[in-house]
Amino acid sequence: MTEQSKSNRKKGKVKWSKLYTFSCLKPNFDDQQLLGQPGFSRVVFCNKPELHKAKPYKYPNNYISTTKYNVVSFLPKALFEQFRRVANLYFLLAAILSATSLAPFTPTSMIAPLVFVVGLSMIKEAVEDWSRFLQDMKVNSRKVKVHAGNGIFVERAWRTLLVGDVVKVTKDEYFPSDLLLLSSSYEDGVCYVETMNLDGETNLKVKRCLEATLNLDEDSGLRTFSATIRCEDPNTNLYTFVGNLEFEKDSSPLSPDQVLLRDSKLRNTDYIYGVVIFSGPDTKVVRNSTRSPSKRSRIERKMDHVIYVLFSILVLISLVTSIGSAIFTDHDMVNAWYLRLKVEESTDPSFDPKDKESKDPSFDPTEPLVSCFYQFVRALILYGYLIPISLYVSIEIVKVLQAMLINKDLQMYDKLSCKSVEARTSNLNEELGQVEIILSDKTGTLTCNQMEFRKCSIEGLSYGGDTTEIDLAASRRMNIEIERYRFSLDGSDSTSRSLEMFEISAENSSTDKVTLANDQGMENFGAGNLGYSVSGKEANIKGFNFRDSRLLRKLWIHRSEISNMMMFFRVMALCHTGIPIEDSQTGKLKYEAESPEEVCFLIAAQEFGFQFCRRTQSKLIIKEPNPSGVEVEREYKLLNLLEFNSSRKRMSVIVRDEDGHIFLFCKGADNIIFDRLADGGRTYQQATTMHLSNYAEDGLRTMLFAYKQIDVTEYENWNLQFMKAKATIGFEREELIEAASEIIEKNLYLLGAVAVDDKLQDGVPECIDKLAQAGMKIWLLTGDKKETAVNIGFACSLLRHDMQQIRISLSKEAESTNQVKAMKEDILQQIESSYQLTIKEENREHPFAMVIDGKALQIALANDMRQKFLRLAVSCAAVICCRVSPKQKALITRSVKEYTGKTTLAIGDGANDVGMIQEADIGIGISGMEGMQAVMASDFSLPQFRFLERLLIVHGHWCYKRISKMILYFVYKNVAFGLTLFYYEIYTSFSGQVLYDDWYLVMFNVLLTSLPVIALGVLEQDVSADTCLQFPALYQQGQRNMYFSWKRIIGWITNGIFASLAIFMLNIYILSPTAFLKDGNVADSAHIGAIMYTCVIWTVNCQIALIVTNFTWIQHFFIWGSILSWYILIFLYGVLPPKYSYRQFQLFVEAIAPAPIYWTATLLIVVVALLPYFIHIVIQRSFYPMDDHVIQEMIYCMTDVTDSPAWLREQENSKKKTHIGFSARVDAKILHLKEQLHRKKTLIFKSFVNSPIYRTMTNSPLS
Amino acid sequence: MASEERSSLSAGVESHRAPVRSGWKKAVHQFKQQNLPACKPVLTPAWVITTYFLIGVLFIPIGFISLRASMGVVEIVDRYDTECVPNSYKSDKVAYVKDMSVSKNCTRYLKVKKRMKAPIYVYYELDNYYQNHRRYVKSRNEQQLLHGLRYNSTSSCRPLELNKGLPIVPCGLVAWSLFNDSYSFSRGAEKLNVNRKNIAWQSDRDHKFGKKVHPFNFQNGTLIGGGKLDSRIPLSDQEDLIVWMRTAALPSFRKLYGRIEEDLDEDDVVIVNLLNNYNTYSFGGKKKIVLSTSSWLGGRNNFLGMTYILVGASSMFIALVFLLLHVKSSRLPAM
Repeated sequence: MTEQSKSNRKKGKVKWSKLYTFSCLKPNFDDQQLLGQPGFSRVVFCNKPELHKAKPYKYPNNYISTTKYNVVSFLPKALFEQFRRVANLYFLLAAILSATSLAPFTPTSMIAPLVFVVGLSMIKEAVEDWSRFLQDMKVNSRKVKVHAGNGIFVERAWRTLLVGDVVKVTKDEYFPSDLLLLSSSYEDGVCYVETMNLDGETNLKVKRCLEATLNLDEDSGLRTFSATIRCEDPNTNLYTFVGNLEFEKDSSPLSPDQVLLRDSKLRNTDYIYGVVIFSGPDTKVVRNSTRSPSKRSRIERKMDHVIYVLFSILVLISLVTSIGSAIFTDHDMVNAWYLRLKVEESTDPSFDPKDKESKDPSFDPTEPLVSCFYQFVRALILYGYLIPISLYVSIEIVKVLQAMLINKDLQMYDKLSCKSVEARTSNLNEELGQVEIILSDKTGTLTCNQMEFRKCSIEGLSYGGDTTEIDLAASRRMNIEIERYRFSLDGSDSTSRSLEMFEISAENSSTDKVTLANDQGMENFGAGNLGYSVSGKEANIKGFNFRDSRLLRKLWIHRSEISNMMMFFRVMALCHTGIPIEDSQTGKLKYEAESPEEVCFLIAAQEFGFQFCRRTQSKLIIKEPNPSGVEVEREYKLLNLLEFNSSRKRMSVIVRDEDGHIFLFCKGADNIIFDRLADGGRTYQQATTMHLSNYAEDGLRTMLFAYKQIDVTEYENWNLQFMKAKATIGFEREELIEAASEIIEKNLYLLGAVAVDDKLQDGVPECIDKLAQAGMKIWLLTGDKKETAVNIGFACSLLRHDMQQIRISLSKEAESTNQVKAMKEDILQQIESSYQLTIKEENREHPFAMVIDGKALQIALANDMRQKFLRLAVSCAAVICCRVSPKQKALITRSVKEYTGKTTLAIGDGANDVGMIQEADIGIGISGMEGMQAVMASDFSLPQFRFLERLLIVHGHWCYKRISKMILYFVYKNVAFGLTLFYYEIYTSFSGQVLYDDWYLVMFNVLLTSLPVIALGVLEQDVSADTCLQFPALYQQGQRNMYFSWKRIIGWITNGIFASLAIFMLNIYILSPTAFLKDGNVADSAHIGAIMYTCVIWTVNCQIALIVTNFTWIQHFFIWGSILSWYILIFLYGVLPPKYSYRQFQLFVEAIAPAPIYWTATLLIVVVALLPYFIHIVIQRSFYPMDDHVIQEMIYCMTDVTDSPAWLREQENSKKKTHIGFSARVDAKILHLKEQLHRKKTLIFKSFVNSPIYRTMTNSPLS
Repeated sequence: MASEERSSLSAGVESHRAPVRSGWKKAVHQFKQQNLPACKPVLTPAWVITTYFLIGVLFIPIGFISLRASMGVVEIVDRYDTECVPNSYKSDKVAYVKDMSVSKNCTRYLKVKKRMKAPIYVYYELDNYYQNHRRYVKSRNEQQLLHGLRYNSTSSCRPLELNKGLPIVPCGLVAWSLFNDSYSFSRGAEKLNVNRKNIAWQSDRDHKFGKKVHPFNFQNGTLIGGGKLDSRIPLSDQEDLIVWMRTAALPSFRKLYGRIEEDLDEDDVVIVNLLNNYNTYSFGGKKKIVLSTSSWLGGRNNFLGMTYILVGASSMFIALVFLLLHVKSSRLPAM
């Protein structure tokens, strides 16, 4: 390699170090040269934290903060947040102006509502931030043992830690910051770490300390410890680390193997010592977290636009008013002597100089432009009633109440954890009704992070049940269909159909039989999925869900040929890295291992009679039954352990039994094992393969077991080679070991397969099914490896077998070259070809699923390729991204959000999901398990994934409709009311006079129309919760935003304009200019104002009564109460002495109430004002009904009770055709069965036709 | 499907879990679970047709009754502002009305077309007169009207707050521009009495205009607006002023002048002697005198009745249309 190319490669490396690549796991010696250069300048003086208190090595302490505000920044920042809302800004301006003489109203009537609105929202913000602060405090004041000098360790709070501190972390504690591992309680300096909070992976990871620091494994040993670390600067890469340690004049390179990250947990290790290298905000996990943004829902953002529209109307009519006023003043009013606009100074000798002051600037004919301006400002304030100020506060109140009702929903209460749904921010309730893409984490969200042993296949025989859940559901459904056929065909004679029916039932009886045989498993299935535990029936062993009497209770012992079976169980009990731990309470053995699968194998082995008892450095001791069934303890000497890793995908142990035979036990992925079988070892391959695919379709994780017996001499030869490889130092060591392993791990003899279930949480498949039917797409983002992710994809029906899977990953060649360009081209080519496949005509109806891994994703999400990738991804029915880092999760979420423009929902449970939870439009945290980071960052927290169904389909749907209806109604009522003010201006020469009393105006939004709309926002239900769940298609109204489209918004504005016109014009023509009472009195402005106002109140309140579809007594109370309260108000106002009531004094009692025309006019005007809306809904319901209308009518007519077939048919029709989810799979299965049936039938028919009897029959003269 | 079972099942569980509680507690529980008993009206065609039909049935009679009441009212309107200007002043009416030396007397003859039963209300009607102008409306002081000189923060009355340094009672533009045409009526030689008491609202006289407040320094400035007031009579008895101070909502308005408490027969000729004092000429306003009887609905205004009939009739029509449409095509089962 030339110097040139070498440097080129290095450049590439630097870039790629940002990526999530496992090639970086190996210490890279080239990178050492980077130290001291920009980006790699950090110096840490171990055990000398005091050096880091001052510059130039001053680094932040370990305090972290996730709050949005602090004491100082709260006021300005929160105020800024509030006044980002245009309407609030407008009202602030109006309030300031109202202090001047320009205002048509009193200042308090302008300022008070604003203070109320803004204050309420700010208090809410403060409370939310306070709870975040408390949470931070809890974390910051966790305790850790810190070296205080002289080998003494004292407990200190996390926040006081400094870089350079030496800490001691004990078992099951979290690391307080990023540490460099010095030594552990194990002799060889390893420790086990669980990184669930970082990447969601549940298996334990091994970290190793440097040889140099291996001996620092006692408190006292650290007394004199002193070293210097030079390493990279803080960054976000979880899987890379570049640095070296200068200790005792030796310099040794550091790798990610020595770095313990904050928020990961020490497991299976008594204690470790570590040096703080990154603290607080510098730690990788904090760097990986993004600030929680303040989210606003789609509707609210659109509402801003609606408000802009109203603003435009406002400015327009204000302009009309001001120009009109100027023209009028100039031309007409100047002659109206009774206004005394002209001051005739010169002609009037006794002119009072005070008169000059009394010149009104807003009506100054000499300066039309100035008065025009003044009038404009006044008009802006006056018509402020067009802008619904109380809208924000009402929405805020409604949302808090909605959130409260969501929290109180008993059907989303988890009895096990005693937790219920918690809406942590109430901003996004209605957004729940518009979700189109769900991005879900796997571990802890879909699965409970529990492995269960479910099935196994030994010597080509499957145990633990044959039928899959899909088969069962399909046969059940088909049975129902047959019943229906029978019913409908009752009496009619159709041979072919009855033949078909017979066939189907025959087909089913076979499955039924299995069902019966498998009764217990079935029950369990039902229990697991229906969410009701059948606890108490049989004490369940955690991690073991296997029911097959053939294997349990050692019954298999009595079989004739059991040696292979015993081997199978031996593999299970011996081939692992686990350790048994005696439970101090029960005395039973528990197991701990690198992966939960191994634990689950050990438990299963124990159940089958092969109990793994002890492990020493070189021995494995198990209890196993001898052929007569008596349990004996046997000792196996562990000769070699060939470790599992992601490229080998297998693990082997070589053991010598008590008789001196040497065995190799191997377990691994199917293709790996199949490749390494001896010719004689393939006896059961075919049967096993079939079982494997069955298991896989059920979403079970499978593994093959194989073994071989090795000659002593062969072993000795190989061992020499292997030892040599192990002793090699340098980067070819791994390769040598691998090559050596390859030699021995072949010519295996296949024993069988096991299937474990990564246990799904309760109700997950059903929930996903419903969500899919409601039109949502589900993406699975997981840090786990591809196989696991795909298994879960099957288990929760995101994938099915007839789906075409698009797998995108870096090819080996591209990866090995590590060339950016090559990798890019590789991925691009894969994406392009897959996309071509999906858009092919014949594939239109064919479902696709995409599986992509983290490395490929990193490239695919680069700027130039993102569009193409997302185009492909969106066309797939299901997308599974595996091996993704937290940052990538967030990146995917953002890309999807931006590219599709659709509402995204991210759901996860660990700290690794925080990024995507914050990035998505709605973030949901699962609160069931440990770790609160996800919940803290989320907008809603759920105790169980399955509650998502109800949260979205019921509450989301309701809230969406409620808020949309509410906003539209608000717009309507303010337009209807505000415009009457404008029309009146036309009659007052645009002088700014108001027809209504100030108090009426204030009361309009505050008292007389506010409560019904709040009741609407809280209690409105278009259909009941059960119906929502039965018709998931209703949810699509939210996705398509049908209730808050511009068409509807404009419609409602138009309705408001019509109502205002009707109210104003009719009143004017009815009441003027003739007398309105029998005694000849005419109506003055106060009378007309009050009468018109009455009409407004009636109209807007009756309008809301037309909107409401779910009248409880609360709505009745509020709506009719509001109208009544107007009469009470006007009566009481009139009773007050004239000093307070002015022109409203005794208005109602004396003038209006006795006038029959008042009451008749009210009736007429209200009916006329509502008529267009009424006609509109009648026409819509009769001729263009929406889904909810049809369902409402069906419920109203009791169709669901009286005509259940029609009801069911409607239900069936309403489901969105989807490719994912349980029902979709059942449908596919049924289709498949029917096809088979059809083929069989045609076969029978053909044979029948070809049969001689048929020929004779057709040839008979009778026909 | 499984989830259906679940929903029905869970509903069962729900009712099981929440035993029948009584009264308030139950209501609170139902509220929290959002299943308060509710009526869910759905606009089925039957409802719609019935509603429209009912509107029709209700509105058409109301319309006819209102129309009949309105038709029964006899109204005589006479515009006199142009007629009552001597020919010599026709070209410059403003000069005429401003000229104090010219007699403002004028006589109008009104023919009664239909028998008018007492009481006959006499109104003056002004047109293009912006009593609702913001500057005008504000220029008054309620406290002063009630308390007189005892109350002296009358800045709202500008530009007619003070005259020669002394407060004006009643202050403000509204009072200053008091209408001052006056009418007297006779039938042939017989004088018709006009009762000018009780033309203002009772509440105004009793509570808004002071019984001991007398006009002071009123119309003493160089610019004389409208009518003058007799400073011996307290404001509470100045009913003309009280009526005038009730500002009208629209630029065209009527105000009550008085009542003739005698019946007028058909073909009677009412002679009106009026003083054409008030200046509407400078801004092009109209002046009319109106004699009108009243019904239970007030004055003559057919608009209300007509609208009722129109709305009722169109409702009936819509009901019919929907009925036909419904019979022709029925989308829904069991309407």
